Amino acid sequence: MRVNFTVNGRKQEADDVWEGESLLYVLRERMGLPGSKNACEQGECGSCTVRLDGVPVCSCLVAAGQAEGREVVTVEGLADFAKQREQAAHAGGCASGACGTSGTSGTSLDAAQQWSAKGTDSQTGEGGDLSPIQQAFIEAGAVQCGFCTPGLLVAADELLEREASPSDADIREALSGNLCRCTGYEKILDAVRLAAARQAETVEAS
Amino acid sequence: MSNQTSPARTPQDLNDAITGGIGDSPLRPDGTLKVTGEFAYSSDLWAEDMLWGATLRSPHPYARIKSIDVGPALKQPGVYAALTHKDVPGENIYGLKIADTPALAEGYVRYQGEPVALIAADHPETARRAMEKIVVDYEVLEPITDPERAAHDDTLPKLHPEGNVVRYQPVICGDPEAKADVVVSDVYTLGMQDQAFLGPESGLAIPAEDGGVDLFLATQHLHSDHRQTARALGLPAEKVRFTMSGVGGAFGGREDLSMQIHACMLALHTGKPVKIVYDRFESFFGHVHRHPAKMYYEHGATKDGKLVYVKAKMYFDGGAYASKTPVVVGNATSLGTGPYQVPNVKIEGWGLYTNNPPCGAMRGLGAVQPAYAVESQMDKLAKALDMDPVELRQRNAVEQGYTMHTGQVLDSPAPVAELLQRLKDMPLPPENRTEPADVRDLPGGVSNTTHGEGMVRGVGYSVIIKNVCYAEGADDYSTARVRLEAIGGEPVALVHSAAAEVGQGVDTVQQQIARTELGVERVTIHPSDTQVGDAGSSSASRQTYITGGAVKNACEAVREVLFERVAQRFGESPADLSLSGGKVVSAVTGVLADLVDVLGDDAIEETREYHHLPTYGMDPEAGQSQRVHVQHAYSAHRAVVDVDTELGLVKVVQLDCSQDVGKAVNPDAVVGQIQGGSTQGLGLAVMEEIQVKDGKIRNPSFTDYLIPTILDTPPMTVDVIEKADPNSPYGVRGVGEPPTISATPAVMNAIRNATGLSLTHAPVKPEHICGS
Repeated sequence: MRVNFTVNGRKQEADDVWEGESLLYVLRERMGLPGSKNACEQGECGSCTVRLDGVPVCSCLVAAGQAEGREVVTVEGLADFAKQREQAAHAGGCASGACGTSGTSGTSLDAAQQWSAKGTDSQTGEGGDLSPIQQAFIEAGAVQCGFCTPGLLVAADELLEREASPSDADIREALSGNLCRCTGYEKILDAVRLAAARQAETVEAS
Repeated sequence: MSNQTSPARTPQDLNDAITGGIGDSPLRPDGTLKVTGEFAYSSDLWAEDMLWGATLRSPHPYARIKSIDVGPALKQPGVYAALTHKDVPGENIYGLKIADTPALAEGYVRYQGEPVALIAADHPETARRAMEKIVVDYEVLEPITDPERAAHDDTLPKLHPEGNVVRYQPVICGDPEAKADVVVSDVYTLGMQDQAFLGPESGLAIPAEDGGVDLFLATQHLHSDHRQTARALGLPAEKVRFTMSGVGGAFGGREDLSMQIHACMLALHTGKPVKIVYDRFESFFGHVHRHPAKMYYEHGATKDGKLVYVKAKMYFDGGAYASKTPVVVGNATSLGTGPYQVPNVKIEGWGLYTNNPPCGAMRGLGAVQPAYAVESQMDKLAKALDMDPVELRQRNAVEQGYTMHTGQVLDSPAPVAELLQRLKDMPLPPENRTEPADVRDLPGGVSNTTHGEGMVRGVGYSVIIKNVCYAEGADDYSTARVRLEAIGGEPVALVHSAAAEVGQGVDTVQQQIARTELGVERVTIHPSDTQVGDAGSSSASRQTYITGGAVKNACEAVREVLFERVAQRFGESPADLSLSGGKVVSAVTGVLADLVDVLGDDAIEETREYHHLPTYGMDPEAGQSQRVHVQHAYSAHRAVVDVDTELGLVKVVQLDCSQDVGKAVNPDAVVGQIQGGSTQGLGLAVMEEIQVKDGKIRNPSFTDYLIPTILDTPPMTVDVIEKADPNSPYGVRGVGEPPTISATPAVMNAIRNATGLSLTHAPVKPEHICGS
């Protein structure tokens, strides 16, 4: 079958998709977006977390066909997604971005249509700006092997979108669907706290 | 045949502009790539015209293979190959310590999940369906599932020609028949733990025009995989080239081969790139696990709490193939007293073949099991003596200069008593909770099973000893190539080693060492591959020590060449020169020149190895050895738990660690290692166990094999002390494994402290606590 949906603001079309193929498979193997990871394929580990019309989902549990006509944001598009949310919030005066102009996804149609993939320099990793949560993960040491990182970033970004200053218990609850085997989670908590604190500073400053 | 020798996404140089030398905590050079999704893990690789490999595995723990018919699979459209043991081009046998494992089963299958046949197809689902068409006729045999019986019952069938005992090792010192005032004993069992790295086994093999093959993979030890694979392929070493791709965690589970030989066989057979990626279910069968153990321990002590003797018998279930079983027996028996002074010792260890899942390396190899038994015994002894468990431990703690029961002298700092004291002095979490309590902080969490009723709190301590580096005569050296040159008017160092970056941060450490030794800021890490010498494995807490040592040696060699050059040009003595901030500085005359000017167009490149102190085998009768281990490391934990005694649920409230790391080359990464290791130890105490019944795994998924989530993991205060080891580069002491080892018994002891139960099995399950 053919599936049409929007990925990171760009219209995409996948042909010859098998009925049983997951959204994760289509993203990774047909669209060249392997950032979302396959670690359990049954919705237990959260490594494949993406936003589907704004809602964080395990893309391994979403049949590709279910994404028809919908908007998907993956870790590859997270930085631009966050930037557009920031701009929308700025324009609309909404601190969290959750009440932006585009419903739950935080991306307006206009903005989505203007979106284009920005090349990242594969030699240096430079060229693409990072979202606050991505930057915080690096700085706080929340990344070791990094396999859980894409899913955690999408989940943590969504948490900070709806809850600007989450308590530790809130963070733990929001991220309890994302397994990490390397860090013991302490530095992941640090990263979310750091991103939240910076977000608060930005709001105060504006 | 594809002309392409590297996949579309390739492992790449890491050269983010990051600064920081020894003792700093610079950011990871792969951090940006990892947070943007750009980092090329082995499962992300792709090549034009690529096929997907799949592995048919035995459904039986033990069976004779009467016949295999791959014909029906080959008839499926989209299928390019169906291979069996007959298609293994070289030797169909490999193994880390003992070559006993077939690449594809031949004659017999000895465990459930053993690879029997391979498929290559144009879609992973096609491959999976074709696999189901392969007809294997098995004569099912009665599996051997009791390791203790395998050790002593000669009437059982021999699973391998040498019998079912992989290794027996006694260690005896003093008078094993010594008498004591107070005696405690018990039988402790430990379940089979899984490494549960998040990135399942995967790799991409690409056939090369020279008849060889390039494999891009995730592993802990490139050269070990390379040697074993080349032998199975019947190819000379130079025609098999391995390159490290992104590794999604390891923890011991990537020391043995998984898909390496298989992907290469399929690529060579089809002439096309072949990718194999396990799913989580297959991963549970595709790698070795931690050895489950049954341990009989007896301790004798004087009335005032001095240990008189320890007697122990330990049985380690190695499963169907040896893997690291001999090393587990060696580590467990040589470390089986724990970090305590005991004058009279008799410890015996058996590693066995059974038809259970194969067991091998996992973080804390061979030390996790006895540490859990010994630390349980120490609390039991403290109770019998009516003594504070920390005081009892401190009273018996080893110190620098102590002679272990193997005869090895602890030749570097051993701050065991101090670690315990530091932990004891840390504040405890408040007893009284806020009212009403947040259920998320209570046992059972959001399941809302208790609001505090039926709940008791406990505190437990433990302290452990672990060897660092390979032992018993192994020369697990490392190699580093360092190239210093001027690029774009800036001095740049390129570091090339085969050290496996599995997440722990060895790439960052290599950069830090080069920055410190060469006084430059820009250090590029070349992808690890087999085009440079062996680096040994990313295991045994050894990479910062050994590959760190090799990078240091290579940098020193580069510096020597450079200083000769400068000395000739400026008429200075090389001994007076140093490098700092990209300049050559003389102790006599000050700044001499910019490094860039001295280098000009001539790069300086040197390759050096680092070898640790020699070690020696344990004698087979009494386990004595001048030096079994290169280095010992120590960590201590204190756990605070709340236990819902009615439902048997445990909430670990706090898990604090004090550890000596010799020298923290990267303090933030050290803390990250300790927190991550502690969490794996917590998992083994309260949830992680592969359930094996009649040789079959009952819970091969993350739905049924539980690892700690962020809700299960408590705040962890980490206290790092640095007592330099005079034998190691910069004084470093291995960091990664110790916290995994000490966390488990601390949590167990805290639960015992809370409930008064003896709890002889780890992990503790609800029924162990509420008795039903």
